[in-house]
Amino acid sequence: SQQVRGMATLKMISIRLKSVKNIQKITQSMKMVSAAKYTKAERELKLARPYGIGAQEFYKKAEVKDEEGEKGQLIIAVSSDRGLCGAVHSSIGRIVKTDIAANPNTKVVIVGDKVRNILQRLYAKNIAMVVTEVGRKPAVFGDAALVAQSIINSGIEFSKGKILFNAFRTVVSFRTTEMPLYSQNAVANASKLPVYDSLDSDVIQPYTEFSLASLLFYSMKENATSEQSSRMTAMDNASKNAGEMIDKLTMTFNRTRQAVITRELIEIISGAAALETKN
Amino acid sequence: MALTRSALRLFSGRFTQACQVRGYADAPSMSLTFAAPSQVLYNNISVKQIDVPSFSGSFGILPAHVPTLAVLKPGVVTVFENDGSTKKFFVSSGTVTINEDSTVQLLAEEAVPVDTLDISAAKELLAQSQSQLASASSEVAKAEAEISIEVSEALVKACE
Repeated sequence: SQQVRGMATLKMISIRLKSVKNIQKITQSMKMVSAAKYTKAERELKLARPYGIGAQEFYKKAEVKDEEGEKGQLIIAVSSDRGLCGAVHSSIGRIVKTDIAANPNTKVVIVGDKVRNILQRLYAKNIAMVVTEVGRKPAVFGDAALVAQSIINSGIEFSKGKILFNAFRTVVSFRTTEMPLYSQNAVANASKLPVYDSLDSDVIQPYTEFSLASLLFYSMKENATSEQSSRMTAMDNASKNAGEMIDKLTMTFNRTRQAVITRELIEIISGAAALETKN
Repeated sequence: MALTRSALRLFSGRFTQACQVRGYADAPSMSLTFAAPSQVLYNNISVKQIDVPSFSGSFGILPAHVPTLAVLKPGVVTVFENDGSTKKFFVSSGTVTINEDSTVQLLAEEAVPVDTLDISAAKELLAQSQSQLASASSEVAKAEAEISIEVSEALVKACE
């Protein structure tokens, strides 16, 4: 019966070994794909950065502050639909959760399924809108314009707003950042607004709408780059871990195989020895 | 004493005049960031003048222009660089911000150098948009066709 157990264990180990080897192939190929997408995303981000930074300048120079009011907070959480990318989605989800806990009058516009899954259980009633089919292809300005238009059309009002996304720092690190969003009233009441010549709602409204699309586009680009680099790192680690498991399993497999052979030999030899002594 | 004081005043008057003249000559330079979502044309580059087409009228921006915001109309942006060269770009739409410290952010949805435009393609686009308007049914479709016409007319004008 020990012999049978030995063979069964051998079979189990070899099945396990095959499956871990397959997983390693998959994670390696995912890493290659992510690396290619990361290179493209980083290139596009470099071209988008002056645009994104330029879009924030006015609000800094005019010293626009959040509106004093009770209309609540708007958070646009930028994420994507796909997982296996490290802490990208969970870091956003975590911050949204603490924000809503601190400020229950908060509406969240979610870009990407993963954050929706995180928030759905406890904060479903704070979710104002969800955008899906995000992350498969690189974002273009038209996508951001579509999201911005939907937000505007939905008539969400807010006193305080922010876009939450993962800003890309290096291949191995990203930082969850927030970009402030200001309502039209906040802009109209900015302390330095009188410095700006002849402005009325005819200019402020399209300006803030275009600005929303621009900032959203920029945050999408940053987030996409962070996501791809994070996935690359995660898949690389997974491949390494799988490699370690394969080494350990191979060792166990060989030891078990040798143990089975040794046992068989012992049985044969002791059987033969018993026959001899009988004789 | 009085003589010297009045002389001083004369002097100071002339000095301030001279200072004023010198003031305009080295006005604070203007730093332009002209970008589209997928390309950077100027990133904090000092330029002499920028002409922009906006819905509140086309205007030129010089250093120490009064701070303002404007929405871009489809048309040609002309940048006069410090070395005397001018570059023209066609923009489809966007915003322009002039801040107190003479920094200008020109954010265009799409911007292309004018010499890459093809006039026959522009005329074709204009004809297409006009037929689109004729066959438009809803208000949204009509508005979109009108926007298309506006852009193609500006494109044709830029090519000429």
